[in-house]
Amino acid sequence: MRLEIKDMEFGYASVTILKDVSMELVESEVLGVVGPNGAGKSTLIRCIDRIISPQKGSILVDGIDIKKMSSTDRAKKIGYVPQGIAQIFPTTVFDTVLMGRRPHFGWWSRKEDNEKVLDMLELLNLEQFAMRGINELSGGQQQKVFIARALTQEADILLLDEPVSALDIRHQLEVLNVIRSVVKEKGISVMISIHDLNLASRFTDRLLLMCDGQIFATGSSSSILTPENIKQVYGVEANVSKFGDRNYIAPDKPVEEK
Amino acid sequence: MTASSETISKQEIAKTKRAQIRGLYKKSINKKIYFIFFLFILMIIFAGIAATLGSYEISFTEVYSIIFHCMFNNAETYEQYTVWELRLPRILLAILAGAGLGIAGTMMQGILRNPLAEPYTMGIASGAGFGASLVIILGVGAEYAGGYSRYALIASSFIFALVPAVVVLAIVLHRKPSPGVLVLAGISMLYIFSALTMLIQVPADPNAVKVAQFWAVGSLERASWLDIFPISLVLACCVPLLMWKTWDINILNAGDETAESIGIHVKRTRIFVMMISAVLTAGVVCFVGAISFVGLIAPHICRMFIGADNRFLLPASALFGAVLLLLADTIARTIAAPLVIPIGIVTAIMGTPLFLYLILKKKGEYW
Repeated sequence: MRLEIKDMEFGYASVTILKDVSMELVESEVLGVVGPNGAGKSTLIRCIDRIISPQKGSILVDGIDIKKMSSTDRAKKIGYVPQGIAQIFPTTVFDTVLMGRRPHFGWWSRKEDNEKVLDMLELLNLEQFAMRGINELSGGQQQKVFIARALTQEADILLLDEPVSALDIRHQLEVLNVIRSVVKEKGISVMISIHDLNLASRFTDRLLLMCDGQIFATGSSSSILTPENIKQVYGVEANVSKFGDRNYIAPDKPVEEK
Repeated sequence: MTASSETISKQEIAKTKRAQIRGLYKKSINKKIYFIFFLFILMIIFAGIAATLGSYEISFTEVYSIIFHCMFNNAETYEQYTVWELRLPRILLAILAGAGLGIAGTMMQGILRNPLAEPYTMGIASGAGFGASLVIILGVGAEYAGGYSRYALIASSFIFALVPAVVVLAIVLHRKPSPGVLVLAGISMLYIFSALTMLIQVPADPNAVKVAQFWAVGSLERASWLDIFPISLVLACCVPLLMWKTWDINILNAGDETAESIGIHVKRTRIFVMMISAVLTAGVVCFVGAISFVGLIAPHICRMFIGADNRFLLPASALFGAVLLLLADTIARTIAAPLVIPIGIVTAIMGTPLFLYLILKKKGEYW
């Protein structure tokens, strides 16, 4: 088991954001995190990478408590691409991806670090942009660059917070395909929060449905994305039809409030 | 084509692509190194020119032979005295001050991820200005009426220059502020110290006020070898520490959360670099006064040419700052000779059009 969370709780002052969260992530799986805005998806991901510290519970990575790891060791275990990255001063794609090598070298990149960057650029098909500034790229390409940066950390766990929400349908498919192929090739585990339920059901192995800071249900997409669950969690009437072995969700209307 | 030969040719293509990128990357690194080297040569040339110009002209070759002579002997002739005791300290002070301000600006923009951050907007310069005014107006350590002790002025402006940085530090320790909040804190320090400076100037002797105001604009008028040693020491201590952090500052540029996830301790890095930069600025400003603009434009102009990698940007901005101050000081003391214009006025008047021109020429948001 790569990642194991037990009874985690997080809150600000008097407001509890996450409670009783227990979950796990295994080798070579893509775990989708779905749920309405404010359900705690981003908070969960940020707790795992210790951007914020939960008040209760434990997070184990390969059996080791994450609190006991140094920040460099943690960076070798977990990669994270936050939502909406706003870089002020543009850097080239190459230099941006090279940042991910920080846990592996001190001050000046070695030859092997540059080679790792080249590997990633090749894997994500970004070679033609290597020397371009990231500000010149489209949103989808930028997202791939940020994923490449997280991948050059060579962590076994990759956390992606809504990587495709701002992208057009072509780039959404491209980015998600890239993630799938990396999982297949490198055997890493990915946890990805995602709004589009159809994309979630198509590109993930397992889903975790969140509601009000708690895990509402976890399991295969066909068992999770049922009309009852969607109604209860999102407050939306949806038609769910079978599309091969996947569920296809067509949201209809908000549930009338009583 | 068979399947196996197809994969071989694919590998070949991938190989050439890699070689291409490697070549391009090397070229981009070389470009940065050449730029730094170019600025270094420019600095040497400008220093040479500055040494020849003044109330009377001394030729290039003469200047160098005098400098060589005085390295091992005392200055004897009037020419030797002029070059060695008057012009050379002034040139070195311009170089050291320009380098210090350029570096401090680069570092502050880097850690705060803000194109407006610099020693001036972070309140450090106006803190120093207040410290200096206090000594000048109160006549601290004066040996005659209307005088003041130069040592007291240096000490006071150094200490007050650090106050805004300490306030910003307190905010960082108190809670987890965004870089924007820190810039706002710096700007409010700028306002409060400007106001306090004005306040103590209101009842003061007009002559003292004039002296204080001249100081606030910045000047290399008092340059002497006695200033060169302490200011060199400050640079020698601060610059290696900052250079060591440049790669981490590069990663901070990607955003706090990303930097944390890559293993950077964001808060610690920010505090460390902020404090060292503040000491560096204070060490420079307490000797030359609050020379504005160099800390802002040196990093921006260098970034236009070589990009945002702080490992190269730091030395480039240092040299650019040095060149800018050398040029400004030469203009300041020759354009209306024998009247010497305070250097801070020249840097702002000369720097603004250059800066605006470069901004308008570039198409990107922040180059």
